[in-house]
Amino acid sequence: MLFTSYGFIAFLIAIFLLYYIIPKKYQWMLLLVGSYVFYAFSGIRFLLYIAVTTLTTWFSAVRITAIQKERNEYFDAHKGEMDRDGKKAYKAATKKKTRVWFLLCLLLNLGILAVIKYTDFVIANINSIFGTETAFMRFAVPLGISYYTFKSLGYLIDVNRGKYEAQKNPAKFALFVSFFPQVIQGPISRYDKLSETLFTQHSYDRIRVRQGLTRVLWGFCKKLVIADRLMPAVKALSGSPEEFQGAWVVMLILFYAIELYADFTGGIDIAIGIGQMLGVDMEENFRTPFFSKNINEYWTRWHITMGTWFKDYIFYPISVSGWMMKLSRSAREKMGKGVGKRIPVYLANIIVWFATGLWHGAAWNFIVWGMLNCVVTVASYEMEPLYKKFHGAARWSNTIGYDIFQMIRTFWLMGAIRILDVYRDVPVSFAQIGTIFTSGGWGEVFGEKFSRLGVSAPDLVIVCIGCAAMIIISILFRRSGEKVRPCEMLTARPVLLQAVLLVGLFLLVVIFGAYGVGYDANQFIYNQF
Amino acid sequence: MKKRVISIILITAVTVGLLYLAQRLLEPKYINDIIEGRLIEEYYDNAGGNDVIFVGDCELYENISPIKMWEDYGITSYIRGSSQQLIWQSYYLLEETLKYETPKVVVFNMLSLQYNEPQREAYNRLTLDGMRWSSSKWNAIKASMMEDESMLSYIFPLLRYHSRWSELTAEDFEYMFSTKKSFHQGYLMRVDVRPVTSTPTPVPKADYSFGENAWKYMDMITALCKEHGIKLVLVKAPSVNPYWYDEWETQAEDYAEKNGLDYYNFLEVQDEIGLDWNADTYDGGLHLNLSGAEKMSVYFGKILQEKYGLEDHRGDADIAPAWSEKVDFYNNMRDDQYRELEEYGYLKSYGGRKVD
Amino acid sequence: MEELLEILQDLHPEVDFDECDTLVDDKILDSFDIISLITEINSTFDVAVPAEEIIPENFNSAEALWDMIERLRDE
Repeated sequence: MLFTSYGFIAFLIAIFLLYYIIPKKYQWMLLLVGSYVFYAFSGIRFLLYIAVTTLTTWFSAVRITAIQKERNEYFDAHKGEMDRDGKKAYKAATKKKTRVWFLLCLLLNLGILAVIKYTDFVIANINSIFGTETAFMRFAVPLGISYYTFKSLGYLIDVNRGKYEAQKNPAKFALFVSFFPQVIQGPISRYDKLSETLFTQHSYDRIRVRQGLTRVLWGFCKKLVIADRLMPAVKALSGSPEEFQGAWVVMLILFYAIELYADFTGGIDIAIGIGQMLGVDMEENFRTPFFSKNINEYWTRWHITMGTWFKDYIFYPISVSGWMMKLSRSAREKMGKGVGKRIPVYLANIIVWFATGLWHGAAWNFIVWGMLNCVVTVASYEMEPLYKKFHGAARWSNTIGYDIFQMIRTFWLMGAIRILDVYRDVPVSFAQIGTIFTSGGWGEVFGEKFSRLGVSAPDLVIVCIGCAAMIIISILFRRSGEKVRPCEMLTARPVLLQAVLLVGLFLLVVIFGAYGVGYDANQFIYNQF
Repeated sequence: MKKRVISIILITAVTVGLLYLAQRLLEPKYINDIIEGRLIEEYYDNAGGNDVIFVGDCELYENISPIKMWEDYGITSYIRGSSQQLIWQSYYLLEETLKYETPKVVVFNMLSLQYNEPQREAYNRLTLDGMRWSSSKWNAIKASMMEDESMLSYIFPLLRYHSRWSELTAEDFEYMFSTKKSFHQGYLMRVDVRPVTSTPTPVPKADYSFGENAWKYMDMITALCKEHGIKLVLVKAPSVNPYWYDEWETQAEDYAEKNGLDYYNFLEVQDEIGLDWNADTYDGGLHLNLSGAEKMSVYFGKILQEKYGLEDHRGDADIAPAWSEKVDFYNNMRDDQYRELEEYGYLKSYGGRKVD
Repeated sequence: MEELLEILQDLHPEVDFDECDTLVDDKILDSFDIISLITEINSTFDVAVPAEEIIPENFNSAEALWDMIERLRDE
């Protein structure tokens, strides 16, 4: 069930009405049932996968917490009797016990994810290297498996670290894993944050519902009116790279940036807005990413919950691990302070970006995409002192003009890397970027050839208006110090204005959305019968 | 609390009102282009009092002139035809028509038996959008939907036509709440001429038998007529194109014989009808033009009257005045079409296309 | 403490670490800085900072950092 299907809208209305009709203590159970119904629509057999991940993670976490509690009780009971070494030894012993559960669960769930998502990629590579012809497995990929696996594993790691206790109720944990607004594309919520509002009782709060509804409608607007309208052009431009080179590649970078942003943030708006309507708070997943002045800032603003997941659960643990520290120390002794300091950061960075690339998809495109991001982040880190010097020297480096220059530069740089998403393979992507400097064809873009993209002049007008709206909303958000969500700003406005906006957004989606069987008068022209 | 309920009702009402207006505006009006889109809806203002109902595709609504049959024989008839009308659509249209009137004879054109499943969304729309809501419409839609279609978009056509916002013309505003009368008891008049230049060469088919689904609805039509005591007459209109295979002919004849129905293949009696393919078609033999349709009506009307004993209503004071208006409308349109043909060289406001 | 301030100053000469208590919240320290810092702490104070200690509360000010180092040393 896609967010943008009639079925989902009906489902949503049903859940919403029931949610506020039934006794409040059953609200979270309704969400659980709803989430499983939603999930079952993607294929009944996929319920098995999400159930296995849920149950194994729930059970392991409960075991880990029990062992940790036992340990703490033991310490409390034997206060003063134990010396530091004794304590340490006991701690190590319990850690060994928790580690068994932790690793078993981690490996099982990562294993499922890896087998389902990456088997065919591995087979393809083996085939091409050794010239074998092993058949593909073609596993059907369960809906949102990357998302719910990451959510579960984040929880498992936190429990193992003793950050919070395990959830004893398997049904509640199942809701956390399967919560329907998040299951398709995030945000990847943390258990401690989401559980604050997910299981609590909510009475109908019209202000929050209105805010949520506004955000949901705006999300639909972004997806259906803006993103889906550009989709044919992105498909055409990336589908025949030989035909569209030079200036067309620049157009693709621009269009794809708009399409992806509108589609992804639109989906997140819908998810967070639904949460708001149900009284469940989720963290933001985007904070005006296209206003970033450099790549590091970009990655703290784009798909934030994924970025912080990788940071907290992969980047930090690897870079501060014992062996990394040892490596760093010996490097420091042999090769100097600079190298020693950099080794943990660089190594962890490479691993994280490799993983991030793989997470996006089982293809070399994504791995190369990840590695390019890695190179650029490291390069910008290395250049930082240089920049600082330069900023100190040049007075105009502190002007708004220079800020905007940096934003535009970052936008195009990230856009250029991003086109690995859409071209069929890595060499084509690089070759296409190359043609920007060799083929030109800038005049062609405004010519007859444009009509082949399947995007009409009125479509472009709509997209431009849509972009203007997105930029204005972003600026409003930034002006609030990124603290007040735009749909919350409206609450201070007259109710009539809010109503007009709601109705307006709804009509906008219905009329200007690119959905359904497109009416095409040409279809009727040859009227044979 | 009360205030809030009122405001919610108000907002809902405004939203629904705006959606309704948007729908009226964005639905295609089929005024000067693809005027076939209005064929089905025009029936409701003219329903009732017909002795003959024709159901089927363009081989009926372009080839038979009920006005001519009235003028020559006093037969009252109506064509419930539409573009590429599929047989299940014919069935449900007939079912619907029988809620308005019970004719003595129903004529069905056999060509559509060649289609066993839905063909194109666009043609579905031409037939179904014009129907008034009833169980017949619901069932017709269900039987006709292609895989990517949804019932919801028939209930709320705005969901289907919303993207016409970029193609709106003055016509859409002008005819937002009204429409134009264009047809003569379901007959689409064309006076222009484009002779047959080549006859189609039959493309051999792997399987000539009509499909199971099509036969199912054929049986349903037969049963429905029997149930209402209506005489069902099967025909194959005299269009040269598309090709009517011998194998199809055999199946049609066999079915008629088995069910005790009359079947007329007018292709076989072209000479008796007096059809001249240099003068009697407006699109190279796919459809007849006015002169062809009138010849056909004279021929077929005679059969209908003689064989099925249809009354001559010309002297009937209850019926004749209304029909004389129809005749006037018919004659005026004919004159106007000739005028346009002379003035522009093509039928500008009758769905004609400029010839380059 | 002196040594820690030196390490910090080395990383960001432009920041006043005696005063600032929003090093992470205001994005003065990014993830690369934090790792550099931990590497330095590790080699200077012989204290291993585990990943679960990398939370804003521990890195927002020089003082918080120092508290964490002392605490980890004791364990």
